[in-house]
Amino acid sequence: MMFVPGNNPGMMADAHIYGPDSIMLDLEDSVTMAEKDAARLLVYNALKSIDYGNTEMVVRINPLNTPYGHKDVEAVVKAGVDVIRMPKTETADEVRELEAEIIKVEEELGCVGRTQIMAAIESALGIVNAYEIATASKRMMGIALGAEDYTANLKTPRTPEGSELLLARETIVVAARAAGIACFDTVYSNLDDMDTFRKEVELIKNLGFDGKSIINPRQIQVVNEVFAPKQKDIDKALRIIAAIKEAREKGSGVIAVNGKMVDRPVVLRAERVIALAVASGILNEEELS
Amino acid sequence: MELKNAVAGTLESGDIMIQIGPGEGLQVELQSSVAAQFGRQIKSVITETLEGLGISDAYVKATDKGALDCTIRARVTAAAVRATGKDVWK
Repeated sequence: MMFVPGNNPGMMADAHIYGPDSIMLDLEDSVTMAEKDAARLLVYNALKSIDYGNTEMVVRINPLNTPYGHKDVEAVVKAGVDVIRMPKTETADEVRELEAEIIKVEEELGCVGRTQIMAAIESALGIVNAYEIATASKRMMGIALGAEDYTANLKTPRTPEGSELLLARETIVVAARAAGIACFDTVYSNLDDMDTFRKEVELIKNLGFDGKSIINPRQIQVVNEVFAPKQKDIDKALRIIAAIKEAREKGSGVIAVNGKMVDRPVVLRAERVIALAVASGILNEEELS
Repeated sequence: MELKNAVAGTLESGDIMIQIGPGEGLQVELQSSVAAQFGRQIKSVITETLEGLGISDAYVKATDKGALDCTIRARVTAAAVRATGKDVWK
């Protein structure tokens, strides 16, 4: 998910060319208060006019308790955004308030249920309430960590190894999995240190995150390389899926692949590898069916 | 509709700066490195956007840095909202 300032039309026009899975147009922290109105109009017109293809379009709105939040919701729902990212989410009630606001606009347009919600968790209270936030609405498609505000709230600096973020990251993954939605890690802003960035992406992938937030197209390749499954893992997953299919057709129960028993968790892991391979463009979904 | 002087947009690549103020009829002065190729199209997006907002009297100075049509519409609308003090885009 690539962050793009909502008041920079040049970046907004080119962002999808680099191939991010999703683009988050930002109306919040990257836009000064004097430019909130102009940024909202730019984002509205960009969403209505630019062909972003299959890229998932997200807009980070301003909090609803500011003079801008309600107008942001109205504009981006009218523009047909896929997902609204709610910043600094601390309670499930805030998600429900946003949902009510979305419904109001969708009812006017006659498209109730179209807009999804992603909640950014950026404080200790948000982490404590992570599961309630993740399950606050059927529109919740994911939760994300916002580390800069979170570490400021914890009164700790952000370190390269990220030990101060471990509890928050694990809590977000567990809450998302329990709720059956996706989870996204925070940004890494030092573009001159790609080695630490790669280590961080490896860490969050192993923790179970579905994706990483990025601030520059240069970071896309690293994320894709880390998240794309290796060929030997894909081959193994394909063998497991084929064996399971064969066993089901024959009506047999427990099976073994390469001398190892294949049970439900193994199948689930294999399916995840295949899904990642498809998402990474290594496997073609049509060829699998 | 009464207009104050207002500005929206920047001089960054891909943007357009729209300065708007009182005028008689719609007068558009355009500065653009691609004026020879797209000048007519840019001016027509500006005037159509203003007409759509119900503004028929204004003087506009536009400094274009390669903006797409959707950017021109957004910047003209933002300038008009600021000049009229009303959310005219709805």
